[in-house]
Amino acid sequence: MVPLAEPRKRALRRELAAIVGAGGVLSDPDELLVYESDGLTLFRALADFVVFPTSAEQVSAVVKLANREELPFVARGAGTGLSGGCLPAEGGIVLSLMRMNRVLEVDYDNQLAIVEPGLVNLHLSWAVGPSGYYYAPDPSSQQACTIGGNIANNSGGPHTLKYGVTTNHVLGLEVVLPDGEIVWLGGRTREAAGYDLAGVFVGSEGTFGIATKIAVRILKKPQAVKTVLAVFDEIERASAAVSAIIARGLVPAAVEMIDHLTIQAVEDAFGCGYPRDAAAALLVEVDGLAAGIEAQAARVVEACRDAGAREVRVARDEAERALLWKGRKSAFGAYGRLSPAYMVMDGVIPRTRLPHVLRRVNEIVAAHGLRVGNVFHAGDGNLHPNILYDPRVPGEETRVLEAGAEIMRLCAEVGGSISGEHGIGLEKTDFMPFIFSPADLAFMQRLKDAFNPTGRCNPGKIFPTRKTCGEAGPVAYRPHPIEEKGLAQRF
Amino acid sequence: MAHGTTETPAPPAPPAPLALHGLSVEGVNQCVHCGLCLASCPTFSELGTEMDSPRGRIFLIKSLAEGRLALSDSTVRHLSLCLDCRACETVCPAGVPYGRLIEAAKAEIERQRPGGAARRAFRWINLGLLLEHPRLLALAAAGLRAYQVSGLQRLVRASGLARVLPSTLAAWEALTPAVPAAAARAPLPALIPAVGARRARVALLTGCVQSVVFGDHNRATARVLARNGCDVVVPAGQGCCGALNAHAGDHARAVRMAKATIETFERAGVRTVIVNTSGCGAHMKGYGALLANEPSWASPAARFAASVQDVSEFLAREPLRGPLAPVAMTVTYHDPCHVVHGQKIRAQPRQLLAEIPGLRIVELAESDWCCGSAGIYNLTEPEMAERLLRRKVGHVLATGAEAVVTANPGCILQIAKGVRDRGAPTRVLHLVELLDRAYGAGR
Ligand SMILES: Cc1cc2nc3c(=O)[nH]c(=O)nc-3n(C[C@H](O)[C@H](O)[C@H](O)COP(=O)(O)OP(=O)(O)OC[C@H]3O[C@@H](n4cnc5c(N)ncnc54)[C@H](O)[C@@H]3O)c2cc1C
Ligand code: SF4
Ligand code: SF4
Repeated sequence: MVPLAEPRKRALRRELAAIVGAGGVLSDPDELLVYESDGLTLFRALADFVVFPTSAEQVSAVVKLANREELPFVARGAGTGLSGGCLPAEGGIVLSLMRMNRVLEVDYDNQLAIVEPGLVNLHLSWAVGPSGYYYAPDPSSQQACTIGGNIANNSGGPHTLKYGVTTNHVLGLEVVLPDGEIVWLGGRTREAAGYDLAGVFVGSEGTFGIATKIAVRILKKPQAVKTVLAVFDEIERASAAVSAIIARGLVPAAVEMIDHLTIQAVEDAFGCGYPRDAAAALLVEVDGLAAGIEAQAARVVEACRDAGAREVRVARDEAERALLWKGRKSAFGAYGRLSPAYMVMDGVIPRTRLPHVLRRVNEIVAAHGLRVGNVFHAGDGNLHPNILYDPRVPGEETRVLEAGAEIMRLCAEVGGSISGEHGIGLEKTDFMPFIFSPADLAFMQRLKDAFNPTGRCNPGKIFPTRKTCGEAGPVAYRPHPIEEKGLAQRF
Repeated sequence: MAHGTTETPAPPAPPAPLALHGLSVEGVNQCVHCGLCLASCPTFSELGTEMDSPRGRIFLIKSLAEGRLALSDSTVRHLSLCLDCRACETVCPAGVPYGRLIEAAKAEIERQRPGGAARRAFRWINLGLLLEHPRLLALAAAGLRAYQVSGLQRLVRASGLARVLPSTLAAWEALTPAVPAAAARAPLPALIPAVGARRARVALLTGCVQSVVFGDHNRATARVLARNGCDVVVPAGQGCCGALNAHAGDHARAVRMAKATIETFERAGVRTVIVNTSGCGAHMKGYGALLANEPSWASPAARFAASVQDVSEFLAREPLRGPLAPVAMTVTYHDPCHVVHGQKIRAQPRQLLAEIPGLRIVELAESDWCCGSAGIYNLTEPEMAERLLRRKVGHVLATGAEAVVTANPGCILQIAKGVRDRGAPTRVLHLVELLDRAYGAGR
């Protein structure tokens, strides 16, 4: 893609300003620079424009203009994504939805809320909290990420174990399709007639269009909650405890693991109460009716003890509970205490393979001369190895990518997947063949073509795209280091 | 694809330490770009633009220091729009020392972009002449008082003259506090002795602007401390601590003022220095870092910094001494940025309020959000300041409280203006005024 010529750029800017207002368009290179990455700084791409629409009609008008001009476009929420999903891989227009952040309607009787996509996840729970409700999907980034980003990535969170991922909470959406048409997918109830198009849209990573209204379920807050902290001297025992808890027929709301290195980071950050000398800790939460909650918590405690926990305790009060969760949810950011950058992997594995996989992950990363911190949704078998590195040290980024590829392959080998919740984005396109056959991928491509036939809506994501070397553009293609090593291939 | 690996040639190792205007900004490398700070930033929340978020600003500062970016108009714009409220520091798990980064950036802006003659003169008068020379400030105060009581102010406001002044001057005019009569501006005695059993000997920072406009707060602070067993020393010749200068990028003068302040208080020979203005407290606690590179100053500065305590922080260490009379009032509490974010003091003021019999306390939504005052921000960025003020006052009025209690003169002036603009009767009080009243003041 050739950079836009100045006169065309100026004309386009005027047209965009006519749609979203002069204060709603950025085109100054210094301003565009801060939009070059999301939460994963390993990938960068520059847009030609960033626009801030405030209504579905404005989104639609911008999309139609982009089509007329044959420019690619992509939606962006808070930019906390961890796979480069909202990056303008081929330049063009970024539609930031941060100015569409209202709660439009709350229907407590039918337990639903209709929100705009730029609403921060946690702000929805704040809005309905005083009436005793909350929005269940709770990615650790919930204090900043948006509902629009959540539906695009089908985000999960610690409480996914019991309550399911985003798709289980979306009833319907208003979507601006890649050709600019505005449609409703799904409805206001859980069982809508016809194809489950809302279900198809959720998890499409911004390649099927741009959501402009989202109808989500809100749940009554559980009557009672108990949070158990179990401390282990060996990570294998912590892993075994996870399976033991589930095997006893308990259905915890969350089972999270946090390892030694990560404990150092979060204790430095907020002093949350995780013992610094532990090899690993489990955070287990049970919730539900007040009657019986104590007994449930006691059974969790017992399971952890039997699995060899050194210390197990139930959080005394809400303050202690909140602090433990704050530590868990801040873990990624807290790596900044230990290292100027990290890359988080998002593999999924069968829970029973945890001890083996964790050991291998540590070996792989060590073999590349790097450090890894693990903090993850253990109950779901959704791993997050975080490889720490320093982008200023020559060669480290390459080693990170190599180690990451080996970890992805490992997850695939044990019968798992390459992404639990962070999406494929730009980052994992090369790994798709690890888990999908060419026929699988071809079928996915046909579905994408049905929504997005020109490919202009969020190009370069999910599918490996065939490109020739030397093609100019904001993110010119060069062989990926792991391709050169024969660890992955494009097709 | 832009895998950083092959995209940029390997940088020469080891990387040179990043600095702006000679001040280290190495802290930018602690930012892992997670974005967890975004929704806590008032300017990002208002505008939704990444350049006006902590993560975006850190990225701009980093790019400036690396030479990837020049100090363009837009970059200056986004950095100037930062409130320096440090809400981002409170939420940042990576421990990015944001306050220090933005101060370095502002110093660099001042070096490269001193602005036109009028702006330079304005800064010189305010930051240099008045703040560095308490006597001139006193004189200016007398002049301002004359302007107010003579009726000239009423004339200016009524004539609409204020509306045709440049926006900064108009904001300045609207905010000028009512300067109290000379009596309230008179200096405090050198020692206010403890009442009852002696608990400590402390020194009180009476501040520069503070002593002029809010002499009453200082008196109340001294009385409340005395009632809680403190011999309160008021060192003579105190100047400005330099906080306003540091925040405005006037680094050299900030360093001079810090040294003068340390010397003045060292002569008082106390182990505790009490502050009732948040910006000064937060800044003085950072003297250690400010002077770390000056061998002869590093250790006195660190020692002094460790002795500084906010008045609420100090008082909350022990239960308030009785007898306390009931104060029948419903109040809400606004956290000044440089108390809650700058000094991480959140529980103490609430604890003290809870000790006042008869007082009913209602929580304020977004209580730890900046009110827009932010040092001299309401003068330099009147538009954003006004947006944040309206948001703040909206929350205050929603509580239905009779008074909003806070702990910083800047916030008091700002919120009082906001309440006045809405025609609401809500009063705005300093925490120490309320405590002083419980101890019987004004009865
Ligand atoms: C510290 C940290 C912790 C995290 N923890 C979790 C976790 O526990 N679970 C989890 O699942 N993820 C987690 N994430 C990843 C990330 O927060 C989620 O993927 C989140 O849903 C992204 O939301 P966003 O608003 O930041 O979206 P962005 O990053 O801005 O965008 C993500 C994708 O959504 C698309 N998009 C955005 N808005 C729309 C829209 N309106 N319509 C269509 N497409 C749209 C974009 O094009 C892009 O493909 C974490 C990230 C961080 C930094
Ligand atoms: S400042 Fe802190 S919270 Fe904000 S993006 Fe950087 S590391 Fe994350
Ligand atoms: S100091 Fe305040 S205004 Fe500035 S970036 Fe941080 S939160 Fe935003």
